[in-house]
Amino acid sequence: MIPELGEFALILALGFSFILAVIPLYGAATLNTLWMDYAKPLARAQFTFLLISFICLGYAFANDDFSVQYVANHSNSQLPIEFKLSAIWGGHEGSLLLWAFILSGWTLAVSLFSRGLPLDMLARVLGVMGIIATGFISFLLWTSSPFERYLPRFPADGADLNPLLQDFGLIVHPPMLYMGYVGFSVAFAFAIAALLSGRLDAAWARWSRPWTNVAWAFLGAGITLGSWWAYYELGWGGWWFWDPVENASLMPWLVGTALIHSLAVTEKRGVFKSWTLLLAIFAFSLSLLGTFLVRSGVLTSVHAFASDPERGFFILVLLLLTIGGSLTLYAFKAPNVKSESSFGWLSREMLLLINNVFLVVMAITVLLGTLYPLLIDALGSGKISVGPPYFNALFVPIMSLLALSMGISGAARWRQTSVAGLKKQLLVPAIISLVVGIIFPFIYGDGFNFRVFLGMTISTWVIATTAKEFKDKFRNANSITAKLSQLTPSYYGMMLAHVGVAVVAIGITLVSTYSEERDMRMAPGDKIELADYQFEFKGAKKVKGANFTADEGTIEVTLEGEPVVTLYPQKRHYTVKRSMMTEASIDAGLFRDLYLAMGEPLGDDGAWAIRVHYKPYVRWLWLGGLFMALGGILTVFDKRYRKKSTGEVAHA
Amino acid sequence: MPRLLLFIPLALFISLSFFLWKGLSIDPRELPSALIDKPFPEFQVAALLQPERMLSKADFIGKPVLVNVWATWCPSCRQEHEQLLRIAQDNKINIIGLNYKDERAAATNWLRQLGNPYAFNIYDEAGMLGLDLGVYGAPETYLLDAQGVVRHRHVGVVTAQTWAKLQVMIQKLGVNQ
Repeated sequence: MIPELGEFALILALGFSFILAVIPLYGAATLNTLWMDYAKPLARAQFTFLLISFICLGYAFANDDFSVQYVANHSNSQLPIEFKLSAIWGGHEGSLLLWAFILSGWTLAVSLFSRGLPLDMLARVLGVMGIIATGFISFLLWTSSPFERYLPRFPADGADLNPLLQDFGLIVHPPMLYMGYVGFSVAFAFAIAALLSGRLDAAWARWSRPWTNVAWAFLGAGITLGSWWAYYELGWGGWWFWDPVENASLMPWLVGTALIHSLAVTEKRGVFKSWTLLLAIFAFSLSLLGTFLVRSGVLTSVHAFASDPERGFFILVLLLLTIGGSLTLYAFKAPNVKSESSFGWLSREMLLLINNVFLVVMAITVLLGTLYPLLIDALGSGKISVGPPYFNALFVPIMSLLALSMGISGAARWRQTSVAGLKKQLLVPAIISLVVGIIFPFIYGDGFNFRVFLGMTISTWVIATTAKEFKDKFRNANSITAKLSQLTPSYYGMMLAHVGVAVVAIGITLVSTYSEERDMRMAPGDKIELADYQFEFKGAKKVKGANFTADEGTIEVTLEGEPVVTLYPQKRHYTVKRSMMTEASIDAGLFRDLYLAMGEPLGDDGAWAIRVHYKPYVRWLWLGGLFMALGGILTVFDKRYRKKSTGEVAHA
Repeated sequence: MPRLLLFIPLALFISLSFFLWKGLSIDPRELPSALIDKPFPEFQVAALLQPERMLSKADFIGKPVLVNVWATWCPSCRQEHEQLLRIAQDNKINIIGLNYKDERAAATNWLRQLGNPYAFNIYDEAGMLGLDLGVYGAPETYLLDAQGVVRHRHVGVVTAQTWAKLQVMIQKLGVNQ
C-alpha cells in the first residue's frame, strides 16, 4: 500500500511540475499576473508530493518490504538502519528519485527566498525549473520507478547493498554531490529567464550569484567527500582515479568555478554578460551530461552500477531538449544583451577572463579525455582508452598557469592597471614563493625535485598574493578591528576559497611525491619500518559484524620507541553478497596518514599480506576542498543579497 | 557582433549528441565482432620482467590461455588481482599479462608486492598491441584457444562468477580439441 502511495505521489508531482512548466511561463510571456502568481504554490505542491514519495520509499526500506523490487535488490534485513535508509540512493532508481527530490527542494527554496525578485523573473525561473522537473519525473516514472513490485511471489530477504557502499560515505556523498549538480539548475534557470526577458543587469547577477555559489560549494564538498571515501574505502590509498564518473562531477565544478567569477564581474562591471549566460548553460549541461554518462552505460567505469541503453536514450532526448533548446535560445537572444562598460587589455576584467578560459580549457580537457574512447568507437576506428597519464600531462601545466594568473588578477585593478603597479604589488610574493619552492624539497625531502618546486611555488604564490591583497585592505584603515568587521562575508569567503586552492595544490604535490608504501608478508611478531615508523604485527583474529564476518589484524605502531597508535585493519566477508572487502585502518594526521590494509592470509603460521602506506599531507587535499566549499557558503551571508535590488550597475 | 558565432556552442552540442547516440548502440562490454573467433594479432614485444626477452604469439600457442590486460593506474585491476591469484593457484590455465600503457618500474613493483599470477607479462608500453586487440580500457580478459584464436572477451573485473563461466568455456575448448 505504501509503495503505491509513493508512486501515486510521484504521478501527482509530475502533474504539478508540468503545470509549473506551462502556466507561469505563459503568464510571464503575456504579462498575466494571476498566471504568474501560480508559480509559488505550484513549486510548493511539487515539493510536497516528491517529499511524500521519498518518505514512502524510505518507509519501504526501513520496514524491509522486499516485495518492492528496488528494496529487495539493495537492502537486507540484517543491514544496519542507517544503511537501509541511505540505500534509498544506493541504486539507479532511488538516486534519480533523490535527484528529482533535490530539484524540487531547490525550486522550493527559490520560491521562498525571492522577496526582491520581480514577479515575472520569479515566474520564469520557477517555470524553467518546472520544465526540468517534468523531464526527470517522467524519466523516473517511465523507465525507472523505484516502486515496482515483485508480486505475487517475492523474496524472503533482500540481496543486500553492495558492500562498497555500506559506509558513512554513502550517507553523505551522493546527497552532497546531487545538491551541487542540481543546484546549477537554478543558475541555469536564471540564465534562461534572462534570455527570455532580455533583462540582464547587475540586479540579475546579484540574484543568481548566491544560488550559484551555494551550488558550487555543495558540488565541491561532494567531490571532496567522494575523494576521501575512495581513499579509505577502496583499500589502497588512492584519492583520484580520473574515472569517468569522477570526471563527470569535476567538469561542472570547473565550469561552475568559471561561472561564479564571471558572475562577479557581470555584477560589478556589467560586462561578460553573454559569456556568463553561456557558462551558466554549460555548467548545468555538464551536470546533465554527467547524469547521462553515469546512467546510460556508454562508458565503462568502476562506478557503473546500473546501465541500460533504453534509459540512456531517454536521458539523451532530455539532454537534446534542455541543452539544445537553451543553446538555440542563446544563439538567437544573446545579441540583445549589451555590455555596460569597457575595460583595457591589462585589467582585472581581462585577467579574470583569462582565468575563466583556463578553467574552461581544463573542463574541455576532462571532457575530451572522458569521451575520446567513445568518439573513436563511434567513428568505427577501434576502441582505445586514455589513462591518468593523459590527464596529468595536461592538467598540471594548465593548473600552474591558472594559479599564476590567479595571483596577478587579485593585484590588478578594474578597468585598467599598470605594469609598474603590478610589479610593485607582486615582487615580494614572487620572491617569497620562489624561495619556499626552492628550499622546501631540500628540507622536507632529500634534494631538489622539480615537481615539488613547481607545486610549492605556485601554492605559496597563491597564498602570498592573497595575503598581500588582504593586508593592503588595511593600508588606510584607522582601526584594524573596525576594518575587519567592515569587510563583507563574501570577501572572507573569497580569501578562504583561494587559500583552499593552494592547500589542495600542496596536498597533491606532496602526497604524490613523498608517499611511501610497502607490502609485506607478516607473521605474528614481525616488524617492518617505513618512514621512521615501526609497525609490529600482533596477529589476526575473527570478529563478527551485523552482516559480515572479518579477520581483524592488530598492528602496533611506534616512532623511535614511543607508542603512536594501534591499528586494526579488517578483511571482511559479507555473507549475503558473498564478497570480500578490505577495510583499511588509518591513523590520520594533519601532516601524515598511516594507512594499513590486509591482503590475503599466507600459510598456516598466521601470516598475512599486509600493506603499509605512509601518506604525507594527504589530508590537505580534503581540507583545501573544504575551505573552498566553506568560502562559497560564506558569500551568501552578505547583507546586500537581502536588500531590495535596484537594477543599477554597482560601480566598485 | 558576428551573430553566427553564437551558434557554435549549439553546433558543437549537436555533434556531441550524435556521438552519444551512437555510443548508446555500442555495448562497451562486448568485443568488436571483428576479433571474436579471429586469431590473436601478431606481435613482437618485450617481456615486462625480462626486458631483453622478446615475446611473440608463438609463446602461448599450444594450450588455451587467458590474456589479462592490466596496468598499475587502474583501480579495478587491484580489485581483480586476488581473484587472478586464485585462478593461478588452481593451475587449470595459464594467465598471460598484457601490461598496458604502464611504467616498467611501477608494474614490476606491483607484481612483487601483490604477487604474480602471470606465466609471463607482455610489456605494451605504447599500447600498440592493445590497440590491435581493441582494448577499451583495463582490466580486460581474453580467452584464447590452443591455436591462439580469441574465443571470449570479458571487460571489467574478473570475479569468482566470471571465473566459473570461464571454466565452463575452457572445458568446452578442451573437449573440442
